[in-house]
Amino acid sequence: MLRPSVSIPRRGRGPLWRDPAVRALFFQVMLLAMVLGAIGFLIHNTMTNLDARGIRTGFEFLDHRAGFPVSQTLIDYSSNTSTYGRTFLVGLANTLLVSALGIVAATIIGFLVGLARLSPNWLLARLAGVYVEIFRNIPLLLQILFWYFAVLRTLPSPRQSLSLLDSFYLNVRGLIMPAPEAQAGFMATPLALAAAVVGVIALAIIARRRQAATGQQWPVLPLSLLLLIGLPLATFWMTGAPLEWSTPELSGFNFRGGMQVLPELVALWLALSIYTAAFIAEIVRSGIQSVPHGQTEAARSLSLPGRLTMRRIVIPQAMRVMVPQVTSQYLNLIKNSSLATAIGYPDLVAVFAGTTLNQTGQAIEVMTMTMLVYLSISLIVSALMNLYNARMSLKER
Amino acid sequence: MSAIARDTDEMLIASRPPPTPQGGVMYWLRTRLFSGPVNSVVSIVTLLLIVRLVWPVIDWALIQADWVGSSRADCTSDGACWVFISTRWSQIVYGFYPLTERWRVDIVLGLFFTLIVWLVMPRLPGKRAAALMALVGLPIIAWVLLLGGMFGLPHVPTRAWGGLMLTLTIAAVGIVGSLPLGVVLALGRRSKMPLVRAICVIFIEFWRGVPLITVLFMSSVMLPLFVPANVEFDKLLRALIGIMLFWSAYMAEVVRSGLQAIDKGQGEAGAALGLGYWLRMRLIILPQALKLVIPGIVNTFIALFKDTSLVLIIGLFDVLSIIQAGLTNSDWLGFAIEGYVFAALVFWVFCFGMSRYSQHLERRLDTGHQH
Repeated sequence: MLRPSVSIPRRGRGPLWRDPAVRALFFQVMLLAMVLGAIGFLIHNTMTNLDARGIRTGFEFLDHRAGFPVSQTLIDYSSNTSTYGRTFLVGLANTLLVSALGIVAATIIGFLVGLARLSPNWLLARLAGVYVEIFRNIPLLLQILFWYFAVLRTLPSPRQSLSLLDSFYLNVRGLIMPAPEAQAGFMATPLALAAAVVGVIALAIIARRRQAATGQQWPVLPLSLLLLIGLPLATFWMTGAPLEWSTPELSGFNFRGGMQVLPELVALWLALSIYTAAFIAEIVRSGIQSVPHGQTEAARSLSLPGRLTMRRIVIPQAMRVMVPQVTSQYLNLIKNSSLATAIGYPDLVAVFAGTTLNQTGQAIEVMTMTMLVYLSISLIVSALMNLYNARMSLKER
Repeated sequence: MSAIARDTDEMLIASRPPPTPQGGVMYWLRTRLFSGPVNSVVSIVTLLLIVRLVWPVIDWALIQADWVGSSRADCTSDGACWVFISTRWSQIVYGFYPLTERWRVDIVLGLFFTLIVWLVMPRLPGKRAAALMALVGLPIIAWVLLLGGMFGLPHVPTRAWGGLMLTLTIAAVGIVGSLPLGVVLALGRRSKMPLVRAICVIFIEFWRGVPLITVLFMSSVMLPLFVPANVEFDKLLRALIGIMLFWSAYMAEVVRSGLQAIDKGQGEAGAALGLGYWLRMRLIILPQALKLVIPGIVNTFIALFKDTSLVLIIGLFDVLSIIQAGLTNSDWLGFAIEGYVFAALVFWVFCFGMSRYSQHLERRLDTGHQH
């Protein structure tokens, strides 16, 4: 039997600084000390500087009277009585409004353009490609300024408004259109809509269980549509159609009645939607192209019709790729809506981090609150996305 | 005819005429544009749309436009008046840089574009020297020449900087600064040390969660509070710090996606050869990971370049703000479209060029090893 002639010596522990565990600990302690030191240095400087300038830190200023007007308020606000805290909420509501409008429009345009890029029609595909290459390579700020200063600010005065059907008017003050005015008893309709949504969800769950158990299908889509449209409409008529339209009318130099959409909102909305749509279009295109062609061929060899192939085979697999990317575009859109400051749309940054900050001088508190809003939106959405990814990721053996 | 012969006849496939030669304009038109009734209608509608949209633009921008002149009085036609741009051309390039010192900007810009061409053209030799020059030499030369105040050059404060020169400065500093910082952050986020990882995650998620404009606001209102009162911070420098930190977080995420795509065996093989952490990263992991994410890195560069225009909001005069300021000049009211179209063209050329180059690079570096 062969045996090693010399025994291998037991490895000693060696010097301490060669031990990876000790080194890692040492390195981390050093890093922590550096970070804490830097933070301490910054806090110390800030305190000294604030003292020297006579600024008192704290959030009391939120209860003080704001005293400046805001051009668009979705919640109750008056420059005489409302507080700085209220300006925060007003700005936040405006940010959320333009973001929501932008997300809806960007999704629609983005999907249409993305599908057009995949069209077998050469001309249409090229046109969509040109759209994408033009709009995603021009800064968003420039596009916002263009729509605002070059297009909407050059519109005619209210007296020479461009009008459509005598109820929509477009002029330098913005878009004026009929406003719905809810009468007594109108609340039943939105309640009916909510009930219909609950009903549709229940229907979908029951139908899926039934199909899993028996293999029988229900026509879920037509039934859902009927429920979603029919129930609120029926409720609306049964309660006596309690909705009146206030139509705008020109009186003197301005319009009375109706509702006015600020030109700033229109410009921001247009620019955000058109710009983000270019990115969404690319995501849609690459998402659909990421599904291997073999999948379509396999579906066809099972004699699945074209529409079902798209709906059941291609789209679900493309969605797995598309949803996280589209969501991050939505987040970008929300963050980009802060460019409103450049044209004076009263969003969170313009109202709160702009006017309120300038009036109170509470830079640290105001900037912290503003950044926390965006940060929490981002973190909540990414947490949801992680959940989605965990559920949707391929279960590999 | 007997029954057997009829059966064979039915079994044989009748001979068909040879396929028509495929090619030519008509074939292309038929398959790409008019392959069916729906497709034909789509083609015709699209064509009409293009003609309705594009022709007026060409007519306005090129055919009916005014090109030469020195004042508003020269804008006589119905089309665009490019005189608005040509009269402030030097401002668009140099900002408010003193007239007698503009040769310094010329040298830096010339060197900048020469180096870019040198690096981009595959045939030119000496890439290593050019890269070294671009990353070390150019920043030093640009700093000395643009700022001045040494070697007998008069000092030019950064508030006199502006236009294209400022846009390129911000973009270059942002790119050169954020990429290495991003690589370090990405490595930190994948570190095995929990504290290093935690710090990197917090740093990255913080910058990625807030809009750039709040970062710039912060750099202009809060940064002066953070440093000792006797330290004077230049406005441009403050913006540059904000931009660099902000984009390094995005860069880190791009690099991280590349690091994740590299097989674990690569690092383990390196360790088995006795390479330490940094050597392993430098020689094995990073070259592969960075090559994989070139498109993502360039996309971040493009986003950074576009977002340099945001300095308008904190009162720096980049290309866009110089033009924006020109629009409010009372002699030149009403030329907004010309101004914005020109600014858009400037940004578009740079961004489109970058994206095309990245596509080219991706093809050239593709060794066929990916999946």
